[in-house]
Amino acid sequence: MIRQGPLQRFRSHGDRPAGWWAFIVHRISGVALALFLPVHFWALGRALEGEAALEGFLRWTGNPAVKVAEWGLVVLLAAHLTGGLRVLALEFLPWRNWQKSLAAVAAGVSLLVAVFFLLAVR
Amino acid sequence: MTAGTAQAGDPHRERRPETAQLASSSIDVDVWRGVADGRFVRYRVPREASQTVLDVVTWIQRNLDPTLAYRYACRVGMCGSCAMTVNGVARWTCRTHVDRVAAGARLELRPLSNLPVIRDLVCDMRGFFDKWAAARGRLVPTATRNDPMARVLPASRERRAADAAIECIGCGVCHASCDIVAWRPDYLGPAALNRAWTLVNDVRDGGNRARLAAVAGDAGCHACHSQASCTERCPKHLAPTASIAGLKRAVSRALLKGEL
Repeated sequence: MIRQGPLQRFRSHGDRPAGWWAFIVHRISGVALALFLPVHFWALGRALEGEAALEGFLRWTGNPAVKVAEWGLVVLLAAHLTGGLRVLALEFLPWRNWQKSLAAVAAGVSLLVAVFFLLAVR
Repeated sequence: MTAGTAQAGDPHRERRPETAQLASSSIDVDVWRGVADGRFVRYRVPREASQTVLDVVTWIQRNLDPTLAYRYACRVGMCGSCAMTVNGVARWTCRTHVDRVAAGARLELRPLSNLPVIRDLVCDMRGFFDKWAAARGRLVPTATRNDPMARVLPASRERRAADAAIECIGCGVCHASCDIVAWRPDYLGPAALNRAWTLVNDVRDGGNRARLAAVAGDAGCHACHSQASCTERCPKHLAPTASIAGLKRAVSRALLKGEL
């Protein structure tokens, strides 16, 4: 096999199909959510240290940077959920040659959730 | 009818430039020479109308360097032996026209990815076909030559499922285009699994229990992430992704029935 670095391999591979991009989004969102989960549990754990600790933390989450991060989190969740539904549909429903449309539907629903959350939070 | 005008109503007829209309009279072709640690060598090849990538390689071998190693047999898209990486994309070179793939009068030809290189543009296909055997890609007959001919209705569900995947010519384009094969070389790959799926649907076959067990492993159908590069690149327009999804369902069903 001719040895190529990952970037070289990516560049020399021609256009990627929609399914490849769907896979990448699903994998990256999954890893990011897995990294977030311990932080989530740590935040809930503040409650064990008393009302004041939790309250102080919750007040801190009100700052704009955290709000932006929260929006990013919802986007990740939506992308991972719709990506997972796409895989389930692909693998368990009879094949109908609409795998590309599934990737588009997953992206569309994620975008809708993202926009809705952006408008709702403010 | 002159080339360059599309015939109405024929979607397969593509616009081909006449020699006089070609953008340039020659094309620069970088060809991989040597084994895995080889290098690219540039050749200048005259442009012709309706010239295929295989024509280009053959011209180099006949006129510039007779030591160039490459494989082909039928030249008409039946034998599956001439696949190479053309400008980064695995293709059957006998049916790939230069004017469709040469960006800026340049071609870069490498052997197929995901297989060991023997020399120049020739890959060792043994690993590829060993995977067909590992996926139990061989018919296990349930009748002998003395039995009457099996009747398989063309409209039956099984026949149609097998039909959709049966035209594979074993060129290795899907295997070379698959990222999962690149990430874990023991993955059986789209071609072998596609073959297994045709036999899962073959009503004359009696080897399904062993076949489903063979494709249910770690390096089998469940390793597929449905990226569909195989389906995108298959020169025969098959959908190995669909076949692999079918195998995933068949394996799940067999597991629920306690057959695995």
